[in-house]
Amino acid sequence: MLLELSSEQEFFRDTTARFLDDNAQVAELRRLRDDPAGFGRNYWRRGAELGWTSLLVSERDGGVAISSSGLVDLTLIAHEFGRHAAPGPLVSTNVVAGALSAAGADQDLIAGLLDGSSIGTWCFSEGAPHDGLDDIAFDIAVEGDELVLNGVKRPVESASEASQLLVTGRTGGGLTQVIVPAAAKGISLRPMRGVDLTMRFSVVRFDDVRVPVASVLGRVGEAAADVERQLQHALVLLNAEAVGAMQRAFEMTVEWAFDRYSFGRPLASYQALKHRFAHMATWLQASHAISDEAARAVAERTPDAAELVSAAKAYIGEYGAELLQECVQLHGGIGVTFEHDLHLFLRRVTLARALFGTPAEHRRRLADLVAQKEVPS
Amino acid sequence: MSDEVESLDGFRERARVFIRASLRPVTRRTVASALRANRTDEEELADVAREREVQRMMFDAGLAGICVPREYGGQGLTPAHQRVLNAELRGYEYPTRAQVPTFTPCLAVLLEFGSEAQRRRHVPAILKGEELWMQFLSEPSCGSDVAGALTSAVRDGDEWVLNGSKVWTTGAWWSDWGLCLARTNWDVSKHSGLTVFMFPIKSPGIEVRRIEMLNGSKEFCQEFLTDLRIPDSYRIGGVDTGWTVGSRWMFHERMSRNSPLVTMPEGTTRAGGAGATMHAIARAAGRLADPGARELIGEAQTLQLVGEALRRRIGQGITTRTMSDQSSAIGRLFVGLAETRRATIAFELAGSAGATWIDDDGDLAEWGIDFLMRQAMCIGGGTTEMAANVISERVLGMPREATPDRDLPFRDVPRSRTAPG
Repeated sequence: MLLELSSEQEFFRDTTARFLDDNAQVAELRRLRDDPAGFGRNYWRRGAELGWTSLLVSERDGGVAISSSGLVDLTLIAHEFGRHAAPGPLVSTNVVAGALSAAGADQDLIAGLLDGSSIGTWCFSEGAPHDGLDDIAFDIAVEGDELVLNGVKRPVESASEASQLLVTGRTGGGLTQVIVPAAAKGISLRPMRGVDLTMRFSVVRFDDVRVPVASVLGRVGEAAADVERQLQHALVLLNAEAVGAMQRAFEMTVEWAFDRYSFGRPLASYQALKHRFAHMATWLQASHAISDEAARAVAERTPDAAELVSAAKAYIGEYGAELLQECVQLHGGIGVTFEHDLHLFLRRVTLARALFGTPAEHRRRLADLVAQKEVPS
Repeated sequence: MSDEVESLDGFRERARVFIRASLRPVTRRTVASALRANRTDEEELADVAREREVQRMMFDAGLAGICVPREYGGQGLTPAHQRVLNAELRGYEYPTRAQVPTFTPCLAVLLEFGSEAQRRRHVPAILKGEELWMQFLSEPSCGSDVAGALTSAVRDGDEWVLNGSKVWTTGAWWSDWGLCLARTNWDVSKHSGLTVFMFPIKSPGIEVRRIEMLNGSKEFCQEFLTDLRIPDSYRIGGVDTGWTVGSRWMFHERMSRNSPLVTMPEGTTRAGGAGATMHAIARAAGRLADPGARELIGEAQTLQLVGEALRRRIGQGITTRTMSDQSSAIGRLFVGLAETRRATIAFELAGSAGATWIDDDGDLAEWGIDFLMRQAMCIGGGTTEMAANVISERVLGMPREATPDRDLPFRDVPRSRTAPG
């Protein structure tokens, strides 16, 4: 999280932190384990009132920013989501709201997302063998004044709760994005199981789904830059959330090391363990640093934004999961029980590692970005 | 001069004009590796002379000592100005050797503990490139345990007489002044009998011997002090209070590139961008399309970008007091591990030409030498194990390791059986 917050940002962060302290307690997360939606609609509406969904939306469309960058402000909320392993489709709803607003879409659609009365989600990733980060096989064909959608998207966050689907597909050689009502004919959902207690995903199947051409965001076949922008937003939020979960798990484990005695000494007194904590503290600070730097770069659209956001995902994906596993190891057997709270954060970081490109994919992406900068000698 | 702080934009413009008109762009080849012993003494001395010249040019242009107070010849500006200078210097030469240890820790220690007369004499000389400083800190008998120094200083009227040996001074053979930690009292505990001194390195009584490293480099030196006589005016801080100075000295050393006193062009950290270097190796090996090679290039670039972000965060945190001074150990630990990993990645990408090469192998050649020297990155400037101690004990507040030497008079503290060196 940012090292220095303005007083407005601090108030904003603290308001959500206190709301989540009250409304996303571990008992509630455990209860939601068996809830099909994974979050309560009233909880989400109240969160929306605190600004969870308005930060990537332009002022014209009813958005609000705390500082000069709504995206950076939103990382504060994502961080608190991670710290609390909080329920709710924060990443997908914001990506969709931001995309709709940027494309100048119907304000009524955006208004529902803003006040939390409706949920939007992004149908982006696909299943193997098209599960690579840049691999879009989903077909969007133009037929007269209609678009016809065919293909399968997975995993799609909170698809069963969403009323609007932002679908990314291919039209010939280019990418196209359309906004589709979830109730449209030809759409079928299959709920997925997953590692997180409250985050829900579905396989969404489109069989000859027809929408009017007016549903296109931007232009047919020319959505690549918008898709990249959405991907960067999703990565920034996912990274900030993972860092929040890392921070909380690390604090829990440091506290445990002071309180837990074996052979008459606290764990924190063993040099072999102290050094492991030192490494974890380093991974954690490095993760904060690259997460914030990538968020700033994406917000300001600097030329190195794509590189920084991939470096952040590669690093946090890798070391976030390692940090959590170290926390488990340092807790011993209690760390792999359902009773202990540590797994709530392990789940969140594990999910974040896998979504929107694994660390290995982002490392390859970085290599390609480096190659683009290099002029062959 | 007005008391108003120069605007960042005005400063940037002034720096940019000077840099483009006066400094030479760096080619990647010259920064390919800090671990190679590929320079002759003549080339090394020519580089040192050029760096002194560049330092002087920067001084004359009002760009030396950005965060050093004006009364000592500095600019009296802010860390933000230093960051602007670092950004503007991207891709240009700068006085590499003067940064660490001259600007930090030596200049930092002088500013913090030097007398007014010492500061007025030495700080402007450093800013003009006239004085390059070295740390006479480590000793053959104690590596990271610097407070266990055996070099003795005995008072003789208005003078001190020093005897002992210091080691791991980079480039002492072309440097001017040394900052030295010595024992002045053997009857009190380890940390209570130390004093800090400074002296010209080319003094009678100092013999500088160059150490050959396993890669053939002879940059590191060992010095033998034999009845070195220096005036009491060369003492920095009080007698026997050297550890007060020493612990801050250690802090300034760990700050290294994070220090606002240090000029460090962005993006020209070792290898001119790790990703670019790895890309060049993979290209020379015809491996650019190999997903495994691409992953390694990306990993090196990740470590580079994360390292830069972490450096900025820690620098900002310590400057604004949102992080403790001891947090600099986090940066040290990260750099050690990242650099060793990068050396391994380069060696992996280079294949067999990393270990056996001919002159025609170009970007593929010699990476095995860096691999041989790899652990130097986790040893020099305090080992990563020491950094891990500092992080766990001083940042996280975990219990200190047992130190049986703390409460004994230093002369009774057990020592290594055979003093190496």
